[in-house]
Amino acid sequence: MTRSFQTRIDAEQKIEPKDWMPEKYRQTLIRQISQHAHSEVIGEQPEGNWITRAPSLERKAILLAKVQDEAGHGLYLYAAAETLGITREELIDRLHTGASKYASIFNYPSLTWADVGAIGWLVDSAAIVNQVSLQNTSYGPYARAMVRICKEESFHQRQGYNIMMTLMQGNEQQRAMAQDALDRWWWPSLMMFGPHDGESAHSAQSMKWKIKRRSNDDLRQQYVDQAVQQALAIGLKVPDPALAWNEERGHYDFGDIDWEEFERVIKGNGPCNRQRLAHHVEAHAEGVWVREAMACYDKKRRSRRHDAA
Amino acid sequence: MSDELKLYEVFVRSRRGLDHKHVGSLHADDPEQALEYARDVYTRRSEGVSLWVVAAGDITASQESDCDSFYDPLDDKPYRHAAMYDLPEGIDSL
Repeated sequence: MTRSFQTRIDAEQKIEPKDWMPEKYRQTLIRQISQHAHSEVIGEQPEGNWITRAPSLERKAILLAKVQDEAGHGLYLYAAAETLGITREELIDRLHTGASKYASIFNYPSLTWADVGAIGWLVDSAAIVNQVSLQNTSYGPYARAMVRICKEESFHQRQGYNIMMTLMQGNEQQRAMAQDALDRWWWPSLMMFGPHDGESAHSAQSMKWKIKRRSNDDLRQQYVDQAVQQALAIGLKVPDPALAWNEERGHYDFGDIDWEEFERVIKGNGPCNRQRLAHHVEAHAEGVWVREAMACYDKKRRSRRHDAA
Repeated sequence: MSDELKLYEVFVRSRRGLDHKHVGSLHADDPEQALEYARDVYTRRSEGVSLWVVAAGDITASQESDCDSFYDPLDDKPYRHAAMYDLPEGIDSL
């Protein structure tokens, strides 16, 4: 069975929910899809932080629409994970106990309005580079969720880039604000692609199962090549002294990531880890009356229908 | 006789990885029978790798005539579309 499963994968065929699959494949997918879902939801926090303080009504409506999309993306992904035989409650519980992770970048604070621009531009761009490759992932429901999400994401990165561009066309203070945001978000955005290929714990098996389609370093390079061009086009300076165009490779060379910081934030000791999780736990606990009220309402409707019948 | 049969809607997945797509409907006595009929009616030339049958009565659908009230406010939100945001010259990877 394991062999025919791998033969199917090798032939670029998708795996669907009712197919037999190795337990490890199922668990790997649950881990990855739920981590992805949690990231969408936790990612609402640094941006939501600025909804009430957006500089204009239009920016506020845009940011609100974006954060709403993130909640929707979380929902698509939780639903995809549930096709693997795990419940929503279990998924949320794993997030709260720390058994399940989310993208480390959301453990950095959003200090100024320019951070909303930097997050939309950099974080969503990095996510898109990754997600475009995942449109070809071997698990059908995950691949289809990625197609839908990628379509909606392009608005996200553009509105972020537009905020940065607008600030760069402003006064000296506004340009400094945009540069400061880039300086703080650049390196964490490179970390989003994970460790170097040689050191990535789950990579080899995930590539073999075609859950993962392109390597961490490969995706990171594509992101750097795009983002550097975009930064230069609006007059921003990328905070990396080692950054240089390599004619021979046809790519930008760039400096190495601070892997100690990467480890520290993943292990729970970034600037906002505790705050992010505590906020989610609190919102979930405070929302219990809403879930109870919904269950009660549904029960009442069922009994009314029953009485009518 | 056919009055007693239920109407089923048929969905075919043409290839692994693609969505099930609605192809038509048929009458059957129960879901199992609908599945067999669907195989015979809609996939005689190996049009698919998977079939879904759903009793038509179990489908709750919105009406196109309700579009105005159902979708109206969405037309006020052009900012949800990437095309609303202009890009500087030479930048095309966003």
